[in-house]
Amino acid sequence: MSATILVIAILVSQVLLGGAMCLAGWRLLKGPRAQDRVLALDSLYLSGMLLLLTFGIGSGQTIYFEAALVIGLLSFVATAALAKFLMRGEVIE
Amino acid sequence: MSVFDGLPVWIAVIVAICLVAGAAITFVGTVGLARFPTFYQRIHAPTLGTSFGAFFVIVGSMVFFTALEARPVIHEVLILVFVLITTPVTLMLLARAALYRDRAEGNDVGADMPAAENRSARSDVGDTDQTGL
Repeated sequence: MSATILVIAILVSQVLLGGAMCLAGWRLLKGPRAQDRVLALDSLYLSGMLLLLTFGIGSGQTIYFEAALVIGLLSFVATAALAKFLMRGEVIE
Repeated sequence: MSVFDGLPVWIAVIVAICLVAGAAITFVGTVGLARFPTFYQRIHAPTLGTSFGAFFVIVGSMVFFTALEARPVIHEVLILVFVLITTPVTLMLLARAALYRDRAEGNDVGADMPAAENRSARSDVGDTDQTGL
Protein backbone atom coordinates (compact mmCIF):
# COMPACT_ATOMS: atom_id res chain seq x y z
CA MET A 1 0.00 0.00 0.00
CA SER A 2 2.66 2.51 1.01
CA ALA A 3 4.85 1.32 -1.88
CA THR A 4 2.04 2.00 -4.36
CA ILE A 5 1.39 5.49 -2.97
CA LEU A 6 5.07 6.38 -3.05
CA VAL A 7 5.70 5.00 -6.53
CA ILE A 8 2.75 6.94 -7.99
CA ALA A 9 3.71 10.15 -6.17
CA ILE A 10 7.34 9.89 -7.26
CA LEU A 11 6.27 9.26 -10.86
CA VAL A 12 3.91 12.27 -10.84
CA SER A 13 6.50 14.59 -9.32
CA GLN A 14 9.19 13.39 -11.74
CA VAL A 15 6.87 14.09 -14.67
CA LEU A 16 6.09 17.58 -13.29
CA LEU A 17 9.75 18.40 -12.69
CA GLY A 18 10.66 17.06 -16.13
CA GLY A 19 8.00 19.33 -17.64
CA ALA A 20 9.44 22.22 -15.65
CA MET A 21 12.89 21.44 -17.06
CA CYS A 22 11.43 21.33 -20.58
CA LEU A 23 9.79 24.76 -20.14
CA ALA A 24 13.00 26.23 -18.73
CA GLY A 25 14.94 24.72 -21.63
CA TRP A 26 12.46 26.25 -24.08
CA ARG A 27 12.98 29.66 -22.51
CA LEU A 28 16.74 29.03 -22.55
CA LEU A 29 16.65 28.41 -26.31
CA LYS A 30 14.09 31.07 -27.21
CA GLY A 31 14.78 33.83 -24.66
CA PRO A 32 14.94 37.17 -26.47
CA ARG A 33 17.93 38.49 -24.54
CA ALA A 34 20.87 37.16 -22.57
CA GLN A 35 19.34 37.82 -19.15
CA ASP A 36 16.36 35.63 -20.04
CA ARG A 37 18.73 32.80 -20.85
CA VAL A 38 20.60 33.23 -17.55
CA LEU A 39 17.33 33.18 -15.62
CA ALA A 40 16.21 30.07 -17.50
CA LEU A 41 19.53 28.39 -16.72
CA ASP A 42 19.06 29.16 -13.01
CA SER A 43 15.56 27.70 -13.11
CA LEU A 44 16.90 24.65 -14.97
CA TYR A 45 19.50 24.11 -12.25
CA LEU A 46 16.79 24.26 -9.57
CA SER A 47 14.49 21.82 -11.37
CA GLY A 48 17.36 19.40 -11.91
CA MET A 49 18.30 19.60 -8.24
CA LEU A 50 14.75 18.82 -7.10
CA LEU A 51 14.56 16.01 -9.68
CA LEU A 52 17.70 14.46 -8.20
CA LEU A 53 16.20 14.67 -4.69
CA THR A 54 13.05 12.95 -5.96
CA PHE A 55 15.21 10.32 -7.65
CA GLY A 56 17.02 9.76 -4.36
CA ILE A 57 13.72 9.13 -2.57
CA GLY A 58 12.77 6.67 -5.30
CA SER A 59 16.00 4.69 -4.90
CA GLY A 60 16.19 4.90 -1.11
CA GLN A 61 19.86 5.93 -1.15
CA THR A 62 21.23 9.15 0.31
CA ILE A 63 24.01 9.44 -2.29
CA TYR A 64 21.83 11.62 -4.53
CA PHE A 65 21.75 14.22 -1.76
CA GLU A 66 25.41 15.09 -2.33
CA ALA A 67 24.83 15.49 -6.05
CA ALA A 68 21.89 17.81 -5.37
CA LEU A 69 24.00 19.85 -2.95
CA VAL A 70 26.77 20.23 -5.53
CA ILE A 71 24.21 21.32 -8.14
CA GLY A 72 22.87 23.94 -5.72
CA LEU A 73 26.38 25.29 -5.09
CA LEU A 74 27.22 25.42 -8.80
CA SER A 75 23.93 27.14 -9.54
CA PHE A 76 24.82 30.03 -7.26
CA VAL A 77 28.32 30.40 -8.69
CA ALA A 78 27.17 30.14 -12.31
CA THR A 79 24.32 32.64 -12.01
CA ALA A 80 26.39 35.16 -10.01
CA ALA A 81 29.26 34.95 -12.53
CA LEU A 82 26.92 35.31 -15.53
CA ALA A 83 25.12 38.29 -13.95
CA LYS A 84 28.49 39.91 -13.29
CA PHE A 85 29.44 39.26 -16.89
CA LEU A 86 26.22 40.84 -18.17
CA MET A 87 26.82 43.88 -16.00
CA ARG A 88 30.50 44.51 -16.71
CA GLY A 89 31.47 42.52 -19.77
CA GLU A 90 34.03 40.50 -17.83
CA VAL A 91 33.91 38.29 -14.76
CA ILE A 92 37.20 39.04 -12.99
CA GLU A 93 38.46 42.60 -13.20
CA MET B 1 10.19 -1.28 -4.67
CA SER B 2 11.23 -3.38 -1.70
CA VAL B 3 12.69 -0.26 -0.05
CA PHE B 4 9.19 1.09 0.57
CA ASP B 5 7.61 -2.00 2.12
CA GLY B 6 8.47 -1.37 5.77
CA LEU B 7 7.07 2.16 5.83
CA PRO B 8 3.78 3.01 7.59
CA VAL B 9 1.03 4.25 5.29
CA TRP B 10 0.71 7.66 6.97
CA ILE B 11 4.42 8.36 6.40
CA ALA B 12 3.96 7.44 2.74
CA VAL B 13 0.94 9.76 2.47
CA ILE B 14 2.87 12.68 4.00
CA VAL B 15 5.86 12.10 1.72
CA ALA B 16 3.60 11.77 -1.34
CA ILE B 17 1.71 15.00 -0.58
CA CYS B 18 4.94 16.93 0.03
CA LEU B 19 6.58 15.63 -3.16
CA VAL B 20 3.63 16.31 -5.43
CA ALA B 21 3.02 19.76 -3.90
CA GLY B 22 6.66 20.78 -4.28
CA ALA B 23 6.88 19.52 -7.85
CA ALA B 24 3.59 21.19 -8.80
CA ILE B 25 4.65 24.55 -7.31
CA THR B 26 7.96 24.36 -9.17
CA PHE B 27 6.12 23.52 -12.39
CA VAL B 28 3.76 26.49 -11.97
CA GLY B 29 6.74 28.78 -11.42
CA THR B 30 8.38 27.53 -14.59
CA VAL B 31 5.16 28.00 -16.56
CA GLY B 32 5.28 31.61 -15.41
CA LEU B 33 8.90 31.82 -16.60
CA ALA B 34 7.84 30.58 -20.02
CA ARG B 35 4.70 32.67 -20.44
CA PHE B 36 5.18 36.14 -18.90
CA PRO B 37 5.74 38.82 -21.55
CA THR B 38 8.59 40.94 -20.11
CA PHE B 39 11.80 40.04 -18.33
CA TYR B 40 10.93 41.96 -15.15
CA GLN B 41 7.77 39.90 -14.79
CA ARG B 42 9.56 36.68 -15.69
CA ILE B 43 12.16 37.07 -12.95
CA HIS B 44 9.49 36.73 -10.25
CA ALA B 45 8.08 33.41 -11.37
CA PRO B 46 10.88 30.87 -10.67
CA THR B 47 11.15 32.06 -7.06
CA LEU B 48 8.04 29.98 -6.39
CA GLY B 49 10.23 26.96 -7.04
CA THR B 50 13.16 28.23 -5.01
CA SER B 51 11.06 28.99 -1.95
CA PHE B 52 8.10 26.69 -1.47
CA GLY B 53 8.85 24.15 -4.19
CA ALA B 54 12.25 23.34 -2.73
CA PHE B 55 10.80 23.53 0.80
CA PHE B 56 8.14 20.89 0.18
CA VAL B 57 10.42 18.50 -1.73
CA ILE B 58 13.11 18.75 0.96
CA VAL B 59 10.62 18.26 3.81
CA GLY B 60 9.31 15.18 2.00
CA SER B 61 12.85 13.85 1.61
CA MET B 62 13.61 14.49 5.29
CA VAL B 63 10.45 12.72 6.47
CA PHE B 64 11.14 9.78 4.14
CA PHE B 65 14.74 9.18 5.18
CA THR B 66 13.95 9.75 8.86
CA ALA B 67 11.32 7.01 8.68
CA LEU B 68 13.48 4.75 6.51
CA GLU B 69 16.62 4.80 8.62
CA ALA B 70 14.78 5.13 12.01
CA ARG B 71 16.96 8.07 13.04
CA PRO B 72 16.68 11.82 12.47
CA VAL B 73 18.04 12.68 9.01
CA ILE B 74 18.11 16.46 8.64
CA HIS B 75 21.05 17.10 6.35
CA GLU B 76 18.68 18.16 3.56
CA VAL B 77 18.23 21.38 5.54
CA LEU B 78 21.64 22.37 4.13
CA ILE B 79 20.20 22.54 0.62
CA LEU B 80 17.14 24.49 1.79
CA VAL B 81 19.19 27.07 3.72
CA PHE B 82 21.64 27.46 0.86
CA VAL B 83 18.94 27.89 -1.78
CA LEU B 84 16.97 30.33 0.37
CA ILE B 85 20.06 32.46 1.02
CA THR B 86 21.57 32.50 -2.46
CA THR B 87 18.47 32.96 -4.65
CA PRO B 88 17.73 36.59 -3.61
CA VAL B 89 21.40 37.47 -4.07
CA THR B 90 21.68 36.03 -7.57
CA LEU B 91 18.34 37.38 -8.75
CA MET B 92 19.13 40.86 -7.42
CA LEU B 93 22.43 40.76 -9.31
CA LEU B 94 20.65 39.57 -12.46
CA ALA B 95 17.89 42.18 -12.23
CA ARG B 96 20.40 44.97 -11.72
CA ALA B 97 22.42 43.74 -14.68
CA ALA B 98 19.29 43.65 -16.85
CA LEU B 99 18.27 47.14 -15.70
CA TYR B 100 21.75 48.43 -16.44
CA ARG B 101 21.67 46.91 -19.94
CA ASP B 102 18.21 48.32 -20.67
CA ARG B 103 19.18 51.80 -19.51
CA ALA B 104 22.46 51.72 -21.39
CA GLU B 105 20.54 50.95 -24.58
CA GLY B 106 17.96 53.65 -23.89
CA ASN B 107 14.99 51.32 -23.56
CA ASP B 108 12.05 52.75 -21.64
CA VAL B 109 12.04 50.41 -18.67
CA GLY B 110 8.65 49.99 -17.04
CA ALA B 111 6.62 52.02 -19.55
CA ASP B 112 3.99 49.28 -19.64
CA MET B 113 3.72 48.91 -15.89
CA PRO B 114 0.74 50.12 -13.86
CA ALA B 115 2.77 52.56 -11.75
CA ALA B 116 4.20 54.37 -14.77
CA GLU B 117 2.81 57.73 -13.66
CA ASN B 118 4.90 57.58 -10.49
CA ARG B 119 8.15 57.13 -12.34
CA SER B 120 8.83 60.84 -12.69
CA ALA B 121 8.84 61.17 -8.91
CA ARG B 122 11.33 58.34 -8.59
CA SER B 123 13.53 58.94 -11.59
CA ASP B 124 16.12 60.98 -9.71
CA VAL B 125 16.48 58.18 -7.18
CA GLY B 126 17.01 55.74 -10.03
CA ASP B 127 19.64 57.95 -11.63
CA THR B 128 21.73 58.26 -8.49
CA ASP B 129 21.33 54.54 -8.09
CA GLN B 130 22.69 53.96 -11.57
CA THR B 131 25.81 55.97 -10.98
CA GLY B 132 26.56 53.69 -8.07
CA LEU B 133 26.71 50.70 -10.39
